[in-house]
Amino acid sequence: MFDGEQVVDVEPVFGYLHRGSEKLAEERTYTQIVTLTDRMDYVSSMLNNQGYMLAVEKLAEIEPSPRGVWLRMIASELQRIASHLVATGFLLQDLGALGTPLIYAMRERENILDLFEMLCGARITNSYLRPGGVFMDAPAEFWPALDRGLDDIVQTIDELEEYLSGNEIVFSRTKGTAVLSPELLINASITGPMLRASGVDWDLRHRAPYDYYDRITFERKLHTASDNYARYWVRVQEARESVKIIKQCIEQIEPGPVRPSFDVVPRLLRPPVGDAYVAIEGSKGELGFYLVSDGGISPYRMHVRASSLINLTLLRDMLIGGQFGDLFVTFGSVDLNMGEVDR
Amino acid sequence: MTTVWSGNALAEAIEAFAPGSVESSAGIDVWVKAESISSVCEGLKSRSEFKFDLLSSLTAVDYIDHFEVVYHLTSLPMNSSAVVKARVGFGRKEASISSVVPIWRGADYQEREVWDLMGIRFDGHPNHKRIMLWEGFPGHPLRKDYVTYDQSIAAAAPDDSGASVDGGE
Amino acid sequence: MGDERMTEPKLFDPYGTPAGADPRGALQSITLDLDRTEGDAVNRMKSTHLEPFPDPVLEVPDELRRSVIVSSIDYLLNWARKSSVFPLQSGLACCSFEMIGAAMARFDLARFGMEAMRASPRQADLLIVAGTLTWKMAVPLRRLYDQMAEPRWVISMGVCATSGGPYYQSYSVVPGVNHIMPVDVYVPGCPPRPDALLYGIMQLHDKIRRYSLAGQAAGHE
Repeated sequence: MFDGEQVVDVEPVFGYLHRGSEKLAEERTYTQIVTLTDRMDYVSSMLNNQGYMLAVEKLAEIEPSPRGVWLRMIASELQRIASHLVATGFLLQDLGALGTPLIYAMRERENILDLFEMLCGARITNSYLRPGGVFMDAPAEFWPALDRGLDDIVQTIDELEEYLSGNEIVFSRTKGTAVLSPELLINASITGPMLRASGVDWDLRHRAPYDYYDRITFERKLHTASDNYARYWVRVQEARESVKIIKQCIEQIEPGPVRPSFDVVPRLLRPPVGDAYVAIEGSKGELGFYLVSDGGISPYRMHVRASSLINLTLLRDMLIGGQFGDLFVTFGSVDLNMGEVDR
Repeated sequence: MTTVWSGNALAEAIEAFAPGSVESSAGIDVWVKAESISSVCEGLKSRSEFKFDLLSSLTAVDYIDHFEVVYHLTSLPMNSSAVVKARVGFGRKEASISSVVPIWRGADYQEREVWDLMGIRFDGHPNHKRIMLWEGFPGHPLRKDYVTYDQSIAAAAPDDSGASVDGGE
Repeated sequence: MGDERMTEPKLFDPYGTPAGADPRGALQSITLDLDRTEGDAVNRMKSTHLEPFPDPVLEVPDELRRSVIVSSIDYLLNWARKSSVFPLQSGLACCSFEMIGAAMARFDLARFGMEAMRASPRQADLLIVAGTLTWKMAVPLRRLYDQMAEPRWVISMGVCATSGGPYYQSYSVVPGVNHIMPVDVYVPGCPPRPDALLYGIMQLHDKIRRYSLAGQAAGHE
């Protein structure tokens, strides 16, 4: 609802991509659900898989195999870089730079998708993880390609950052718009880059480390302005930190099996009765999976705590009083993914 | 590392400020009476021994004779987490519980989703509408008695609102 | 405006009046009616569109093949049509990222003259349904299809649009976009690689080349 160019009221309508993953999950085995989880937040499939797999491992009390864990950490951090590249590229596209910065970001993302294709055969919706690890080891040509790829990624991030941190149009359109206070963000259950852009040091990889995140060190980049520019800046810096994390993983990875043998973890998993909730730091915030098991081959209930849906809680606060032109920039800074909002 | 509150310790601590509201506890879960969920959550958020300021997740599970609303809470200053559950809707009659949106705004869309997919009412929610499905959708799909059918076969469509008690497909 | 919100965080003000906006309920009073109207439209669509549309199959009669004048005009017309098909931006889910990838630098769609992805259906020729179609989205998508001017073509990209895909028996997913509109080319894959989409587009170009003025109208009604 507008008064000329100014936004007077806003109500979001959801559900245009609601596919019923939670109901379908009650009819699939635990390994088959991995394919459903990829397709929820489709720009960060590896992260969805990792969150789900951690919940399954907690529910079934599986000890993952180390090489599999290192590989899935590398895959997750690469996926985080790809997701932040998409977010940044689409911001610049929505601000009006029709096409060119997006093409740079997507070109880099294509290199990352090539690395994924080497790992597991699929570019986007890669069901790479299995209970206890991953399903396929990285081929020999993956490691030199990864080293080259990391240098390219750093170079592209430098190029994109030049657009952001020197550009008059980006400054005037994103600074000072849609400002939110940290208390309001925490009360609205918003996590991830949106929270770190308001100065709160909360990153689940640091506070509640899962996999082997307690064996690596990285910084959480914080910004205090909590406006659209701050959120983008935080994402670009996080992509740089992910490169450092991958380098530490490459140093520490050891040869070995990538998943436990089928005597230890059967193909058809039957976890004991109980429930488990595990949350990971997804690319948009806290991505949680709540699984309830009744002892059978399918979960009794699966719930996904979708970070994108909850990040939209403060939409009215962000948009009302602003201008029409800020709508798309704000939407972009929340970094939504409709597959995750609607599941 | 996040400290996880054990069910018994949390139950004792909740009984200290809201006596009579805890039903039982086991493992890391605490079951709270549905009528007292508001006062318990208010205490969990504001009292200094808990300070659960982030509602991580609000969801519901359909155990055939009752529903269970599950709250996962996180405390940023104390880096701890807890699970609180509330049983509603015994006998599959009208299931309702009071809304925690006045306490944590993050419950807004999550409660609408539970209403939409499970049919549990949240009294006091400011915008109590369906969120994922369209108004006029027959039934609440995530309930165990909602039977999915093959939509590409026109003859398979049920003629009522899918309320058979088969326990799902 | 921004400063005032920073200094006084309103911790509980759902749908209240931030910064002097309209009182609460101004928009909410009409959105419930809008939602109900939309819900009725979706229920109507779901109950009337359970049979799939037949696929438009081209048959060129023999006598027309030998006719030189008609076929050279046809040839020019079809060449012009296929060389600059403008797609409509209708990416719904994961396949849309492969569609975007097909339009980006590595798998270039511009070499087919198709990089101008129009936002308005009035200016577009091709509707690439990329992603899962839900019944709620089917109503706007059918409206988009109706607004496109002929000749128009439809590519159903990915298995979700072809048959419902991994979400086949879900309660809210249309089992294939051919329940909503007739489809010319089906591109399988989950998601199909951009090369696969390009192959599907080239098949569509072949189909466009086979149209003839006297035989069958291009596109479908």
